[in-house]
Amino acid sequence: MTARAGVRGRGRARARGPGRRGRVLVQLRYLAHARSGDKGNTANVGLIALAPELYPLLEREVTAARVARHFRGMTGRVERFELPNLGALNFLLHDALDGGGTISLKTDAQGKVYSTALLRMRIPVPAELARRLGRAR
Amino acid sequence: MTSRVVRVAAGQGFWGDWLEAPIRQVQGGPIDYLMMDYLAEVTMSIMQKQKSRDPAAGYARDFVPLMERLLPDLVAKKIKVVTNAGGVNPRGCAEAVLEVARRLRLGGRLRVGLVTGDDILPRLDELLAKGHELRDLDTGRPLAEIRPLVRSANAYLGMAPVVEALRAGADVVVTGRVTDTGLTLAPLVHEFDWPADDWDRIAAGTVAGHIIECGAQASGGNLLKGWKSVRGLEDPGFPIVEASPDGSFVVTKHPGTGGVVSVASVTEQLVYEMGDPRSYITPDGVADFTTIRLRQVGKDRVRVSGVRGGPRTGMLKVSIAYFYGYKAVGTLVYAWPDAYEKARAADRILRARLERLGLEFERILTEFVGAGATHGPLAGRPDPELPEVQLRVGVRARERAPVERFTREIAPLVLTGPPSVTGFAGGRPAVEEIVAYWPALIDRREIEPSVKVEILAA
Repeated sequence: MTARAGVRGRGRARARGPGRRGRVLVQLRYLAHARSGDKGNTANVGLIALAPELYPLLEREVTAARVARHFRGMTGRVERFELPNLGALNFLLHDALDGGGTISLKTDAQGKVYSTALLRMRIPVPAELARRLGRAR
Repeated sequence: MTSRVVRVAAGQGFWGDWLEAPIRQVQGGPIDYLMMDYLAEVTMSIMQKQKSRDPAAGYARDFVPLMERLLPDLVAKKIKVVTNAGGVNPRGCAEAVLEVARRLRLGGRLRVGLVTGDDILPRLDELLAKGHELRDLDTGRPLAEIRPLVRSANAYLGMAPVVEALRAGADVVVTGRVTDTGLTLAPLVHEFDWPADDWDRIAAGTVAGHIIECGAQASGGNLLKGWKSVRGLEDPGFPIVEASPDGSFVVTKHPGTGGVVSVASVTEQLVYEMGDPRSYITPDGVADFTTIRLRQVGKDRVRVSGVRGGPRTGMLKVSIAYFYGYKAVGTLVYAWPDAYEKARAADRILRARLERLGLEFERILTEFVGAGATHGPLAGRPDPELPEVQLRVGVRARERAPVERFTREIAPLVLTGPPSVTGFAGGRPAVEEIVAYWPALIDRREIEPSVKVEILAA
């Protein structure tokens, strides 16, 4: 999937410096699909790689901390679980539903479209991959 | 052990699902069981509300006319039905089905299994006195805080009583709060004689149940990946599990129906309402979703295998519904130009009036539908050229009076607020009573001895 060695690595060094070069930001909608639901006041978002080889990229880049930042003001604590067998990540967005269920006043009281809200997020993707996805710019 | 498969077909994914689906499942090809899940978290509280007005109500009433249409076919084809349509009144539901059977002259040819014992409302004080605190799983608060407000309390039962009813020869099993997954697992345990502690197979049957419990949501409905290429949703094929004795199964749908069964459609359903994937806890066992293997093995056929599981826990989940307060939602539509700005101005005026009236709310929530109601700030700044924006204001209070007064403050905005406003033909918003959900846990030994299975003959 990646042209350069090291991109798959989990090393801390990748956060800045050479690891970031040659990358472009790509919206998750071009890398994954998703479905969300609720359990009380918690929304869950299942993020599923569009192709199995994209999963490691999602696992590396779509961290709980980044998702919490993405949904700033819309959620409390964020938890992440990995399902490599399904090429999927599961996020729990706690206290995101204005009380949830029948209490919530939200249009999306059951968190049904937090799924596509997550797909708005942009993650750094190796330029070569972005070109193949047709998202080079 | 035979190599035969057992086919469990989903007929309803929730109370209010497509009424033609169960008919299509019975007529569209071979199935052995029709599984119909009616109960979501909030459903029990709605049913409880209905039962408090009419003691004969409190179950999914749609189920009865459906049985009227289906029973002759079901009897002729020896298809069995498992359903939690009983809601908070399973006996009333079972009796209504029997009455239909008699009217259809199926007397002597239909046995209805009735599962009761999930309703712990009458025992609630006894349980609290014994030291069961029934703390809210989300907030940790003890039930005693809201005890006088409780409207219903039901323990989630697993597959066991349904298996017992099937073993006793029931053709239709009607339950109250049996888990969605237990309804699919039970026929498999019954047909394949799986031991109740064969945790991998219990987990496999549970995963099968999770995949089909939301009906067409596993077979092309609400499918995001490639949604434009999903064909035939005017006649969606609801999912069918073809289970094998070893616990593996194929998810499919009847030939000639719309929708799609693909690795993507099944995966989207698998992650739906998921918590920790390593421990999907049900009364019957704990399934590990990280062990699931999916493979497309044909058109609209996905093979599911490899599912591992662990032992059930000593606790059962309890779903408690309690009176919370009141809410109302008012809407108005503002048109171009500056639709969003007009809607915002109207919201400011409305809030100022509510404040001057001295009304107190627990919450006032304003959303601008068409300008970020669902994605919030992630949607970016609304376009001033938007053709229209719907102002949607909701209020919630413990008392009825302020909510009632709020509902009278929407229409006046039409002549006393920003211009180019429409969409108020529906009249004053309704005041809704909020019956809220309180999830808790209880020792299963308190519940299981009171679970009863009866076989009623038409």
